[in-house]
Amino acid sequence: MTLQASALTVRRSGRLLLDAVDVTLAAGSLTVVLGPNGAGKSTLLHVLAGLERPDAGSVWLGNQPLLSIAALERARRLAVMTQDQPLDFAFNVEEVVLLGAYPLGLGRAEERAHCHHGLQRLELQALAPRNYLSLSGGEQQRVQLARVLAQCGEETAVLLLDEPVSAMDLRHQHLCLRQLRILADAGAAVLVILHDLALAARYADRVLLLKQGQVLAQGAMLDTMTPSCLSTLFDVRVEVALVEGVPRFSSSLADDTVLS
Amino acid sequence: MSARRLGLLLWLLLLPVVLTSLWVGPVSLSSDALLQPGSRDWLILFELRLPRLVMSLAAGAILAITGASIQALFRNSLADPGLIGISAGAALAAVAVLVFGGAWLLGPFGPVLVPLAAFAGGLLVTALVLHIARTPRGVSVTTMLLAGIALNSIAAAAIGVMKYFSDELSLRQVTFWLLGNLHSTDWSSALLLLVIGGPVLLLLLREGQQLNLLLLGESQARLLGVVTSRLRRRLVLLVALGVGTVVSLGGLIGFIGLVVPHLVRLLCGPDNRALLPLSALLGALLLTLADILARLLVSPAELPIGIVTALIGGPFFLFMILYRQRGRA
Repeated sequence: MTLQASALTVRRSGRLLLDAVDVTLAAGSLTVVLGPNGAGKSTLLHVLAGLERPDAGSVWLGNQPLLSIAALERARRLAVMTQDQPLDFAFNVEEVVLLGAYPLGLGRAEERAHCHHGLQRLELQALAPRNYLSLSGGEQQRVQLARVLAQCGEETAVLLLDEPVSAMDLRHQHLCLRQLRILADAGAAVLVILHDLALAARYADRVLLLKQGQVLAQGAMLDTMTPSCLSTLFDVRVEVALVEGVPRFSSSLADDTVLS
Repeated sequence: MSARRLGLLLWLLLLPVVLTSLWVGPVSLSSDALLQPGSRDWLILFELRLPRLVMSLAAGAILAITGASIQALFRNSLADPGLIGISAGAALAAVAVLVFGGAWLLGPFGPVLVPLAAFAGGLLVTALVLHIARTPRGVSVTTMLLAGIALNSIAAAAIGVMKYFSDELSLRQVTFWLLGNLHSTDWSSALLLLVIGGPVLLLLLREGQQLNLLLLGESQARLLGVVTSRLRRRLVLLVALGVGTVVSLGGLIGFIGLVVPHLVRLLCGPDNRALLPLSALLGALLLTLADILARLLVSPAELPIGIVTALIGGPFFLFMILYRQRGRA
């Protein structure tokens, strides 16, 4: 099942946040969205998730308009991780992850097994009994990701994640993105907003470059993550070297004078 | 402590508290007189103390469970029907009816007129605070509490103004009632509370899991399949109905809605599926205890129960604020 959005336009207090953006998330693909701060990445994700109504354009999940699908049904097909997670009550880690399985409507034992599996995949077993509020930022983020992954069942077709690994250490960044890659390979359509070019190149098969609310380029990873596109996108000098088919990036300010 | 254990413990504690509440009072009852229907002691027990016990149990349970619900709704453990002005709004509307109701109060709909007004007042204030404090990014705690302060003072001032228009009798009624008391409870008010409060309690008990999801954040709850707008409307209605009825019958009884859920959370975590029933139970227990204290402390006179709950709850609230500031990291 694909998530398809056409001509998305969002205006907020006079500013154009998204300007006629077209996105198609095909089953089995992992799309990474790259762009500078304020480019409209989160707004795009919110609209694709059905959290915000676009001023123009539409979002379709399969052959239905997204907003016409009942909330619980939508939650079974579409799992989303937003950037802010305002949980401020002392649940333990396992309880938080269990909440994610709510839309699946599993029995108690099934639900536990399902979440236990999820905790294991993100190396969270040791934290399971810990108070969520006592965790570090990166750990909390990993728990929230585990919660979103716990929402994924047989019907889940689309995952949308807004900077899901921004606070994590290197190992867990890879661990988490590998899980997303596995879900994509199993047939889900996955969209991830990232800032790390190396991670994007390692796990994405498609890339969407967003700047000032407009799509600068989108397509296969190697076709879009080119020096010229990335340089224009971020207003920095980006160099790309292919090492065994995998791009390596280095970047500097365009007017950089190297300190010796 | 596990929720099951705490529940068991509370049920066990309830029995002695219930018996004490029936036994303790300005008149000491003799056990054999109780076996004679119509005797003085029999009347005191069944016409005064029993309805009063029913009232304190039901009012405590309702205040505690509405407190827990409103805390989930605002996603903040400092929210309380008293602090954010719901009780004051209910009281204002109730006083207005008491003072200006006149002949209406003596009519056939008299007994439900005051609760109805209190419900409307509570509903209005809850909706208003929610509207003021809700931003696209969630509920602002500061705004919520500030709005509560403003609404509380407005209500207090308006009640003050209305006192000028009231005659001696209703003035005394209003003053005494505002401090919160279960002194004048008879069977008709106890039953009215049961009839309205019972369904409120049962309906709120069903919302545990949805409230848990709401704690993750409004967007998160929506993404997990909760129709948050409808949930919010249900909660506001039920809370206003519960608080309004208690206020109209028992006056302003503060802090139960704040302290009780907090204690339960400290003992067995924030899961609303356990928190709601346990809060109701502990609320019933504590308010009945407070009522016993109200009768004992200055016996044979009687303290308004609102004063007792404020004397215990106020310092506890300060402690909570301190704990939040220091303890949480």
